[in-house]
Amino acid sequence: MNTTLRRLSTVVMAMFLVLMVSTTWIQFVQAGELNDNGRNVRKIYRDLGAARGPIVVGEDNVVVSVPIDDAYGRQRVYADGSEDLAKLYAPITGFFAVNGNTAGLERSANDYLSGRADSLWLDQLQNLLTGQEAEGSSVDTTIDPKIQQAAWDALGNYTGAAVALDPRTGAILAMVSKPSYDPNSLAVHSSGEVNETYQGLANTKPQINTDDGSEQFSPYSVLTNRAIDATYPPGSTFKVFTSAAAIESGDFTPDSEVPSPNGYELTNTGTTINNFGGYDCVAGKTKITLADAMRTSCNSSYLWLGGQIGKEGMTDMFKAFRFDESLEVPMGTVAGSYPGLDNTNPDSVDRIELSGMGQGDVKLTPLQVAMMSATVANGGTEMKPYLIKSIRDSELEVVEKTNPSTLANPISSSTADALTGMMIGVVENGSGQNAQIPGVSVAGKTGTAENGGHRQPTLWFTGFAPTDDPQVAIAVVLENGGNSTVDTASGTLAAPIAKKILEAAIG
Amino acid sequence: MSMLSEKLPQGMQDAIQPEENAPGRAAEAVLLVVALALGFGGLAMVGYSLEDRLPDGFWTEVLVLSALSLTAHIVLRIRAPYADQVILPAVMLLNTMSLAMITRLEMAGMRGADAGRHLMWTSLSIAVACVLLLVLRDHRVLRKYTYTVMVAALVLVILPLIPKLGQEINGAKIWINVAGFSLQPAEFAKILFAVFFAGYLVANRDTLALAGKKVLGLQLPRLRDLGPILVVWAVSLMVLVGQKDLGTSLLFFGLFVGMLYLATERGGWVAIGMSMFVVGAFVAWTIFSHVQARVEIWLNPLDPELIEREFGGSYQIVQGMFGMAFGGMFGAGWGEGYSSRIPFAFSDMIYAAFGEELGLTGLLAILLVYLAIVQRGLRAAIGVRDGFGKLLAGGLAFVMALQLFVVVGGITRVIPLTGLTLPFMAQGGSSLLANWIVIALLLRISDAARRPSALPTRGQLATPPMNSGPSTDGAIEVGPGASTADRAAARQSMPSPSDEVTQMHVPIRNDGGDQA
Repeated sequence: MNTTLRRLSTVVMAMFLVLMVSTTWIQFVQAGELNDNGRNVRKIYRDLGAARGPIVVGEDNVVVSVPIDDAYGRQRVYADGSEDLAKLYAPITGFFAVNGNTAGLERSANDYLSGRADSLWLDQLQNLLTGQEAEGSSVDTTIDPKIQQAAWDALGNYTGAAVALDPRTGAILAMVSKPSYDPNSLAVHSSGEVNETYQGLANTKPQINTDDGSEQFSPYSVLTNRAIDATYPPGSTFKVFTSAAAIESGDFTPDSEVPSPNGYELTNTGTTINNFGGYDCVAGKTKITLADAMRTSCNSSYLWLGGQIGKEGMTDMFKAFRFDESLEVPMGTVAGSYPGLDNTNPDSVDRIELSGMGQGDVKLTPLQVAMMSATVANGGTEMKPYLIKSIRDSELEVVEKTNPSTLANPISSSTADALTGMMIGVVENGSGQNAQIPGVSVAGKTGTAENGGHRQPTLWFTGFAPTDDPQVAIAVVLENGGNSTVDTASGTLAAPIAKKILEAAIG
Repeated sequence: MSMLSEKLPQGMQDAIQPEENAPGRAAEAVLLVVALALGFGGLAMVGYSLEDRLPDGFWTEVLVLSALSLTAHIVLRIRAPYADQVILPAVMLLNTMSLAMITRLEMAGMRGADAGRHLMWTSLSIAVACVLLLVLRDHRVLRKYTYTVMVAALVLVILPLIPKLGQEINGAKIWINVAGFSLQPAEFAKILFAVFFAGYLVANRDTLALAGKKVLGLQLPRLRDLGPILVVWAVSLMVLVGQKDLGTSLLFFGLFVGMLYLATERGGWVAIGMSMFVVGAFVAWTIFSHVQARVEIWLNPLDPELIEREFGGSYQIVQGMFGMAFGGMFGAGWGEGYSSRIPFAFSDMIYAAFGEELGLTGLLAILLVYLAIVQRGLRAAIGVRDGFGKLLAGGLAFVMALQLFVVVGGITRVIPLTGLTLPFMAQGGSSLLANWIVIALLLRISDAARRPSALPTRGQLATPPMNSGPSTDGAIEVGPGASTADRAAARQSMPSPSDEVTQMHVPIRNDGGDQA
C-alpha cells in the first residue's frame, strides 16, 4: 500500500498546487480588476476613512476631512458646511458618497486626495517605515475665487454655465454650472439617505423656457457639470470657427466680400434660412466683407461660407481644435460633435452649410467654446485646459506641479490676429456691445442657437480681454434662456453676464 | 524516523526498551510556543487595530489556549511519545488564528460571529482529542467495530432528513438540532466512514482486486464483494439529492474512491468512480434548480443580475473575491480590512476573510500549514505497519485535503461553492470537534508508526523464522484480547520502520481477513 500512499501524496500535492494557483489568480492577477469593480465598495470605505487631503481654492481649503466618531472615522466637509459656497464649487469639487458615487475632483483626483498616487511614493515609504497613517495630499486648483463668485452671481437664476480660462496657460479660472447642488448632502454616512438624495438630484432637471408655455425640462440634471459634461449647439459663436476655417484656407481675409442675401436657400432642400430678425445684415447690401458678416452675425453669409469651405475643410478644422476629443482636466470632458464625424448624423451639403452658423448637429461644450476664444487670444496656440495647479503632500511640500502645455495649433497667428480684429468689431460696433468695458478692449461673439420643439434658444457669449494682452477668455451659456419678447437675445442677456465675469478677471 | 534507530548501529547488543528513552518532544513544545505567539499576536493586533486596546477576554483566551496546548503536549508525551511533533502545533496555529479572526469579526459587530463560543468548542474539542489519546491506546482496536461504525455512519447521514430534527440552513439540509446546538452529522460521519472503509477494505481487498471478471482489460470486482460499497455510493447520492449538499457528497465519495485505490491499487476503479460521480452530478444539475444556480454563479459570478438575485445569487462569492482582491499580496493587516462585509466570513468564507487581512502571503502560508498536516498524516500511513492503520491514516489525511480542496476551491472558483467548512478555522462546533478527533487519530497512528521496535540482534538475523503471509504490509496483529505477554512479544519482534531490509527478516504474522 505504500506505493499507492505515495501516489496519493502526489495527488494531494497537485490539489494544493491548484488551490495556490487559484488563490494567486484572484489576489494577484485579477485583483486590480476586482478592486475597480463598480460594486466593490471597499475602496470607498478605505478612502472615506483615510485622512483624505483637502481641495484648495485660492487660499482656502474648500473641502476637508474632519475626524468624527463613527464607523468611518472621518467626515468630508464642503465649504465649511455652507450650502451656498458648497454649491458654488460643486462642479469643481464634486462629491464622494458612501454608496460609491463620486464626481468632480473627488473622483478624478482621488489618487492624490487619498495619498496613493505614484508621485507620492516618498511619502508612502516614510509612512511605511514610521508606521504612520497614510495621509492624502492637498489638491490646489487653478480656480480664482473672485472670478468664480462673479460668474456665479452674474448667472443669477439662469440655467446654464460659465467657464473662464487663462488663454496663455489653459488654467481654468472659473467653472460655474447652474443650478447646482450641495455636496454636503451626499457626504452623509448613510447609504440609504445618500441613495435617496442622489436619486432625487439625478432626477431634478430644471424646467426650460418654451415659446408656447408648454412644460419642458432640460436633458441635464443638477448633478451635471454643464461646463464640461453638456453639449449645446454653439450657434453664432461658431462663426468664429467658420471664419477661422475660411481664413486658414487662404481664400478669404476679413476684407473678402461674401454674399449676404436676406434669406439663404440650403442646397438641395428648398428650405430658406432667414437672417436674424429677417433684416438685411447690412442695410441695402447683398455683398459684405467677412468682418462685417461677423460683426452683424450674418446668417446667410455663414451658411454660404460653410458650403464654400465644405465638409472636409470644416471637419479638418474641428479636429485641429481637438473638439472631437474628450480631455482630462482631470475630470473627463465630453467630446463635441460635428455632422458625420464619428456619428451617424447626416452630413449632406445642407447640414454642412448649417454648421457654418453653428446649427444642425454641431455641438460643443461651454469649455470648448471658451477654448476657441482662448486660442484666438493666444495667437493661434490652443493650450490644454487644466484645473489642478499643484499637488502638495501632507507636509505641504509641492510634489507635483502642472506645467502649461500646448494642446494644438489649429490656426496661424495671422489668422488669430484677423479674428481678434473681427471679434473686437462685434463688441465695439456689433451684436455684442453689451460686453463693452470702459477703458478695456474686449473681443467677443454672441450666439443664439435654435433648439426646435418650442424650446427657447440657447444663448451664448464668448470672448476675451484685454485684446492687447489677453488675460482671460470666457464662454457663457444660458440653456434655453431666450425670451421671445427680447430681440437679439444673446446680446441682451448673455453679453452683460460675460462682461461682469471679464471685469472680475481683469479688475 | 525514530531517533533511536538512527543513533544506534544495527544489531547492537540486546533489544532496546523504547519506553525508557521516550523522546522529550522538545520540537513540538517549541513549535507550540511559536504557533501560540502567532495566534495571540494576531489577536492583540486585532484589538489594537479596531479599538486601540486588547480585545475583551484576551487574557482568558491566552490562558485557556496555553493550558490546553500544555495539556495536549503532556498527554502526547505520556501516551503517544513518538507521535509526529509537527501536527499538533500546526493545528494549534490554525485554530488560534481562527479565534483571532472571529474575535475581529465579532468586534466589527458582525452578526453570528461568536468568539466565546468558538473558544468553548475549541476547548471541548481539544479535551475530547486528549481523552481519545488517553483511552485509545492502539488504533487497531477500532477495527473490531467495522460494521457497527458503518451503521452509525449511515444513521448520522440520514439524521438531517428526519423531520423536526433536521434543519435546512441556506438551502442545504445538513444540520440537526440537538439541545439548542446545530450540529453537522456529516463531519462525524466522515470519520466513521474512514474507519469503516479501512476495516472493510483491509479484510476484502484481495477478493475485491482479484476475484472478479475482466472486462475490456479492467479487472472488475464481484458483485457480492461490492455490496457495502454500493450502499455507501447510494448514501452519497442521497446526500446530494436529499440534502442538496454537493460538498458533503463529494467528500464521502472522494474518501471512498481514494481509500479503494489505496487498498486495491486499481487506478481504473478510480476512473470509474470519478465518472460515476460526474454522471451523478450531471444528472443533479439537469434536475435541480439549486444545483443549476450554483453552477451559474460559479461560471459568471460578476454578472450583475446574479449578484442582485436575492436567493442563490453570487453576492457571497463576489464579496469574498472583492475581499481577497483588496487584501492583494500582503493583506490589509489584522483588523484593517472590511472582512465583516463578506457574508459568513466567520464560517464558510473565513478563507476569504484571511485573504483580505493577511493577503496572498498569509493564505499561501495557511495552505502550506494544511499541506504539512496532510503530508504528516500520509507519512504516518506509510510508516505504520498494519494495513488497517495505513488505510485509516491515509483516508483521514486524504479526506482533510479533499475537504480543503472543496472549500477553498469553491471560494476561489475552481469548483462551484458548496457548504463545507474549513477545518480548524471555520466557526462551528461539529467541524472543530470532528477534525480534532481526526487529529487525535492521526497522532495515535503516527505514534505507532514511529515507535521504535526492538532492534534485531545478530542472533535473530541468523535464524529468521520465515513465515510471512501474503500480505506485503507486514503488520503484526495484536488483537485487543491478546495477553500482555503476546503484546510484549509482538513489540519485541516489530520491525524498524526505517529499515525495510530488516522488515523482510523478522517474523511476520498474517494480516489476512482473520477478523472480517
